[in-house]
Amino acid sequence: MEEAVIELDELRKTFVVRRRAGRLKRTRHEVHAVESISFTVPRGEMVGYIGPNGAGKSTTIKMLTGILTPSGGRVRVAGLDPSRERTALAQRIGVVFGQRTTLWWDLPLRDSYQLMRRMYRIEEPRFRKNLDRCVDLLDLGALLDVPVRQLSLGQRMRGDIAAALLHDPEVLYLDEPTIGLDVISKAKVREFLHDLNAERGTTVLLTTHDLTDIEQLCKRVMVIDHGRLVYDGDLGGLHAIGESERTLVVDFERELPPVSVDGARTVRTEGPRQWLAFPAGASAAPVVTALAERYPLVDLSVREPDIEDVIARMYAGA
Amino acid sequence: MRLYALVAAGGFRRYATYRIATAAGVFTNTVFGFILAYTFIALWDERPGLGGYDQSQALTFVWTGQCLIAAAALFGGGFSDELQSRISTGDIAIDLYRPVDLQLWYLAQDLGRAALQLIGRGAVPLAAGALAFDLALPASPLRWLVFLLSVALGCVVSFALRYLVGLSAFWLLDATGVNMFSTMLSMFFSGMLLPLTVFPGTFGEIAQRLPWSALLQVPADVLLGRHEGVGLLAALGFQAAWALVLLALGRAVQAVATRRVVVQGG
Ligand SMILES: Nc1ncnc2c1ncn2[C@@H]1O[C@H](COP(=O)(O)OP(=O)(O)O)[C@@H](O)[C@H]1O
Ligand SMILES: [Mg+2]
Repeated sequence: MEEAVIELDELRKTFVVRRRAGRLKRTRHEVHAVESISFTVPRGEMVGYIGPNGAGKSTTIKMLTGILTPSGGRVRVAGLDPSRERTALAQRIGVVFGQRTTLWWDLPLRDSYQLMRRMYRIEEPRFRKNLDRCVDLLDLGALLDVPVRQLSLGQRMRGDIAAALLHDPEVLYLDEPTIGLDVISKAKVREFLHDLNAERGTTVLLTTHDLTDIEQLCKRVMVIDHGRLVYDGDLGGLHAIGESERTLVVDFERELPPVSVDGARTVRTEGPRQWLAFPAGASAAPVVTALAERYPLVDLSVREPDIEDVIARMYAGA
Repeated sequence: MRLYALVAAGGFRRYATYRIATAAGVFTNTVFGFILAYTFIALWDERPGLGGYDQSQALTFVWTGQCLIAAAALFGGGFSDELQSRISTGDIAIDLYRPVDLQLWYLAQDLGRAALQLIGRGAVPLAAGALAFDLALPASPLRWLVFLLSVALGCVVSFALRYLVGLSAFWLLDATGVNMFSTMLSMFFSGMLLPLTVFPGTFGEIAQRLPWSALLQVPADVLLGRHEGVGLLAALGFQAAWALVLLALGRAVQAVATRRVVVQGG
């Protein structure tokens, strides 16, 4: 058994919210954001942590960083109790919250990195090396002197990822790192994370909405819904359980009647464009080959199923 | 320590990027200074020696106030608005997981801002006032140095007060009321509208002992040379004591807030 870096044992978080009910009365209301989640992540693994909005992903990550104290259960990261030893843990983890930035809004990107250097007490040579590497791989060279507020979302996200890695964390949490990014930025971020994990052995926990992130990065995926872990395994298995389907979006040279090929069925047509569904576990290649042999193709792309669909199907199948 | 020096420098440069806002602020402060100056002239013509100041000292008080409006944040606001919005949007999560002290972080940043605004927004109105009126400014460089020290202490007190205001957002969904109330207290009890020595009896006594008087009343009196020797030490000690008490209170509140922290949103 490999050494576990992240360990959760029946971890729970309950929020108490007070809602106004009538003029003066307020009612107490409990929100069970995380309900008894247990899992371990061995060192060097890259895991996807997925689920619909409000499932409890961010709450879990906040407990793993120590900024939220669990309501129950046990959590250990790199052998530390996050909420008790938050400052010690901070030296060993990196965090990127997709919708928030750790960068200094009004000042050039470069200044934020100097701040990180002081904050994490990184020695100069190591800082240089790590920064150069991130600047190179994340294509930040031209951005270093630009004030953060002038960066696009994709540029800012790359800047934030670099900021989280300058102190060589053993563990990196990414909460929706690709949300709102354009295709090129998404690809760049994915490639970078893949290399980070492969070359440096950084343990990565990634939450996302986008199954393509998982498809390309994570062998293991955990699905959380309503605060509970409902699946833990590989992506293929998840698709198999849910019998979920991927979609091939095909542009033909001209408008055609719904096409028919083995292994896929046409689910929608719109002018020269048609949507073909095929089992998510299967390869797209035979379908594409068959299409190309028989029809005048212009363009095509594959879409991963929506997380919401996969989960809905999982329940339907169970 | 070097981290916080860097943060302070960042606060300084950050406000330095807002050139137009600074210019507009200088203009507003100067106009406001003239309005107050003529009001004071009318008042002191009627009641010479009011509050123990002669007219030229009273005018010096006005322009010292204009000089410190931005630096000591006599109208409140600044980072505390930012802190409140970071709490309500959940961005505070970012501030909390980093290996830094939240209070020192904001203190450093706010002192950097205060330094920039003392130079950028304070110097010109004071110079304008000195050109237009006969002010009782000291000739001794030492007095100016002690004045700067007193201003620095005042800025720390101002910070500590606004830090408490900022933290209130952990409990209040809408902090507008608290902000308005604290701005009002600060405008009045700093002495910006009228020197606190003008108020008679117990009210005046109390007003001079509240923390807000450390923001303007004390530095202005230091500049005017109304505190000498032991009295000067007592005045600076008064500021330092409030600074320590309020910073400690801020830490206590921060500890409670982060323990039951409710970091909003995804
Ligand atoms: N500070 C909070 N107070 C009350 N409820 C919260 C708070 N933070 C999150 N929640 C609730 O907990 C649940 C899980 O939220 P979250 O972890 O942000 O979900 P996800 O990141 O998976 O979208 C949601 O129902 C959310 O409304
Ligand atoms: Mg979330």
